Amino acid sequence: MADKPFIARGFHGRRAAAPAGRLPPGQYETRDFPVLSAGPTPHASLATWDFTIRGAGDASPSMRWSWDELQALPHETPTVDIHCVTKWSKFDTKWEGVSVDTLLEAARAAGVADGAFVVAFCDGGYTTNLPLADVTGGKAWVAFGYDGAPLPPEHGGPARLLVPHLYFWKSAKWVRGLTVLPDDEPGFWEQLGYHDRGDPWREQRYRGDP
Amino acid sequence: MNETIGERVVASAPAPPRLEWQVATVVSVIQETPRARTLTLDVPHWPGHRAGQHVDVRLVAEDGYQAQRSYSIASAPADGMVALTVERLDDGEVSPYLCDVLQPGDGVEVRGPIGGYFVWEPAQRGPLLLIAGGSGIVPLMAMLRQHARADAAARAGVPVRLLYSARTLDDVIYRAELERLADPPQVDVVLTLTRQTPPDWRGYHRRVDRAMLEAVSWPSADEPNVFVCGPTSLVESVATVLVALGHDASRVRTERFGPTG
Repeated sequence: MADKPFIARGFHGRRAAAPAGRLPPGQYETRDFPVLSAGPTPHASLATWDFTIRGAGDASPSMRWSWDELQALPHETPTVDIHCVTKWSKFDTKWEGVSVDTLLEAARAAGVADGAFVVAFCDGGYTTNLPLADVTGGKAWVAFGYDGAPLPPEHGGPARLLVPHLYFWKSAKWVRGLTVLPDDEPGFWEQLGYHDRGDPWREQRYRGDP
Repeated sequence: MNETIGERVVASAPAPPRLEWQVATVVSVIQETPRARTLTLDVPHWPGHRAGQHVDVRLVAEDGYQAQRSYSIASAPADGMVALTVERLDDGEVSPYLCDVLQPGDGVEVRGPIGGYFVWEPAQRGPLLLIAGGSGIVPLMAMLRQHARADAAARAGVPVRLLYSARTLDDVIYRAELERLADPPQVDVVLTLTRQTPPDWRGYHRRVDRAMLEAVSWPSADEPNVFVCGPTSLVESVATVLVALGHDASRVRTERFGPTG
């Protein structure tokens, strides 16, 4: 087991031109927008699309928005850096969406139970778990616009979660809702060995990383 | 929701220890094509892997500067060594080092195996349909090699077809090994070349399309397990067509990449 990094003989690297402090450890900057998904891209119809926030258990109250109802909520346009666990980072990506704070407030008012964790669920069956604190306080959005246009399906359209301060697998594509839970329940990649929190600045890529 | 990806992993399994960085030793290098090179690594504490998984490679310079990338494993689980096939990107940072500088006897830091969804195991029922674009063949080769190591009866129970899209015949990675698998046929190997073809070429000469997939794939009623790996454009179009042809999305597993620098 290597405690100290092993020096690669003759490796100098192509020093990133990225401004200091902007690239988390082990990441490199890309200008492309790579696509990573475990299966085929789902194609949802906006006529039947909805977004739901619910508590654990079928009996729990829930709050649901149709596409038009979601669009009627206040929009925000965050410009953020994103970091994929496969090592690329992309700077200054421009999004349009609704703050998760706005949605959770309405859900709380509708009686959806509070909890310290959420699991995002999606078309295609993908899930990912996040501490509630990581999707509140202006840090997370349900995003439906990218770079001034509707979010393309391969990048998660019609809507994806956007949680830019965590590795990008937490920003679930094709998101359809959040389940609010008292305990942390590992999602799709987390059950397959990826980190439950996924902070790129602490390099929390895989289970057991500090 | 009637579509689901993956089955819930048993929650009671003990948590594995942290994936630690290890210094592997390069045992051999093989130039597969003008742009792709296989590094066979002896990893001292390798926990074993499943066909389709990848590793992270980390390069650290004298002053502490580091770069990391992920590379698919090409070797079968039973091979003992870990083989990585790396495509060289001219403007890359890690792949030129792995392809030009690293020599047998050198050390290189790795950790893994990583990934648990894009994996094939012999116990999975049904035919195996592999579709590769370019260096997307690498994780699929691990599956082919694992399949080839099974006894004849086990192999007959899992028929395999490979559809492999490359730019030219010279860009076909593992070409000699694929020819051996195809004759006598253990695996149906179908090549399509998207740019130049040799004068006597009798295979496909175009990008993978719906007609090609209809000709090559089993009907959806046969419930093949499908693995698609390659550039995003190929994976997006292939996966979309397969779903349109009636294949259940949960049996179409994808890995999309541009090659990583």
